[in-house]
Amino acid sequence: MEQFEVIVVGAGLAGLACAYHLAQNGVGVLVVERGDYPGAKNVTGGRIYIQSLKTLLPDIWEGAPLERPVTRESLVFMNREAWVRLELASQRYRRHPHSYTVLRARFDGWLAERAEEAGAMVVPKMTVDDLRWEGGRVAGIVSGGDQVAAAVVVAADGASSTLARKAGLRGIPRPQDCAVGVKEVLSLPQRVIEDRFQLEDGEGAAMLMVGYPSQGLRGGGFLYTNRDTLSLGVVVGVREAMDSDHEVYRLTEELKDHPALSPLLREARLEEYSAHLLPEAGLRGIMPLCTHGLLLVGDAAGLCLNLGLTVRGMDYAVASGVMAAQAIEQAHQAGDFSANSLSVYESLLRDSFVLRDFRTFQRVGRFLNNPRLYRQYPEAACAALEEMLYLDGQPKESFVKTLRRELRKQVSWWELARDAWEVHQTL
Amino acid sequence: MSVEFSIEAKLGQDTFKVDKGPHIVPDPAVCRTCGPKWCIKTCPAHLYAANGDGSVTLNFEGCLECGTCLVACLPRSLDWHYPRGGFGVQLRYG
Repeated sequence: MEQFEVIVVGAGLAGLACAYHLAQNGVGVLVVERGDYPGAKNVTGGRIYIQSLKTLLPDIWEGAPLERPVTRESLVFMNREAWVRLELASQRYRRHPHSYTVLRARFDGWLAERAEEAGAMVVPKMTVDDLRWEGGRVAGIVSGGDQVAAAVVVAADGASSTLARKAGLRGIPRPQDCAVGVKEVLSLPQRVIEDRFQLEDGEGAAMLMVGYPSQGLRGGGFLYTNRDTLSLGVVVGVREAMDSDHEVYRLTEELKDHPALSPLLREARLEEYSAHLLPEAGLRGIMPLCTHGLLLVGDAAGLCLNLGLTVRGMDYAVASGVMAAQAIEQAHQAGDFSANSLSVYESLLRDSFVLRDFRTFQRVGRFLNNPRLYRQYPEAACAALEEMLYLDGQPKESFVKTLRRELRKQVSWWELARDAWEVHQTL
Repeated sequence: MSVEFSIEAKLGQDTFKVDKGPHIVPDPAVCRTCGPKWCIKTCPAHLYAANGDGSVTLNFEGCLECGTCLVACLPRSLDWHYPRGGFGVQLRYG
């Protein structure tokens, strides 16, 4: 039986960052990946925040295959016929880009190469079926009937982590704690993308859309510009999708038909259709993060934070991978891979920006569960502005009256008062 | 985009390496007791279909391996696994 010090299951950002860090520090590490190549099973909406990653992977970050730095971003409220768009563009985005659009098949392949260069072994086409146990502690993996032993296993196997379940750390996620994202990659020539999105050479745009894209359900749409493709998709809460009449597989098609998007997508060619589960349980779904001989990182640990305006997971994945590696290095030196020894990882995460963010934004998660954000308010925003600005020859009401009337069509005064209070409390 | 793309055409753009057998197997006895059939509504690839007797059929070949059905199937009817190594969807963009 083969023996490694560490086995990382899953060649995504968390697993590869962990393997890279371990290998750099001379720890023998095997990464197993079930896809044909690293990235073959990995999906993102499309944008990665890089500031924290520059610190975590300082030696290699410069060479990462990113698509475009985001220099303008917009939030769009949509109903079936109209849309209201709020856009931010700033020279600061140009001088110091803080986020880039990204495609995972390319990016993860690149990070896997860096990990291999550092000394990690990456084995694709290998699905892990079970954990290998030794006296009540995890001591390796089982794949296709073969056992591979290791002192510690890192579960980097994604949102519905099989290993976390096998270890008894997690159950099957609850529908209300997950969202499903569907995404189309559509190709267009670089120049056309830049013209349509009013971008300088090589720069990128991000668009988040609320209301119509998720058919009024908790969730939203996104559009990111890559080098010569667009990433267009819709995210919707699994529980909400279960309870609605809408079918998830139709969501992107309906969004592409909307007048806000169809001119941007003219003659774009579909290259790929993908789907992915997002953990959205927030802080409540995070602990515990380790047991005897096993650590959870990235999506498998539930490290994804949807704050409406920003959706983060990839930077947390890299951070958790690096911190897991640091904890393993300490355990390695002490020769102790017990849960107690590995729990250094939990402290590292707790003291870092990762779990600080989760604590800071706990309220926002609850706020975003308000269903009126996705149906009634986008509808009211579009209708009220339209009524104010459209001149039909009749005498106009005051803006305030119009706003009040359109809001009243959608929500009760009681709901409005409560939601206003919530906004005040949350922000 | 006025030409509507069917879900089959979308999946046709993806690269799949199809294994001999399915990696997710619904239990017909459990499915027959399930009214809402959440799997059908939520599968992003529209691979589940209801049979006349209340059981469901899964066309596993176009599976995007997202795990939504595992989460949405509250009756826990699914014997759910990822495909064997080297099989299933192989994304070129992601």
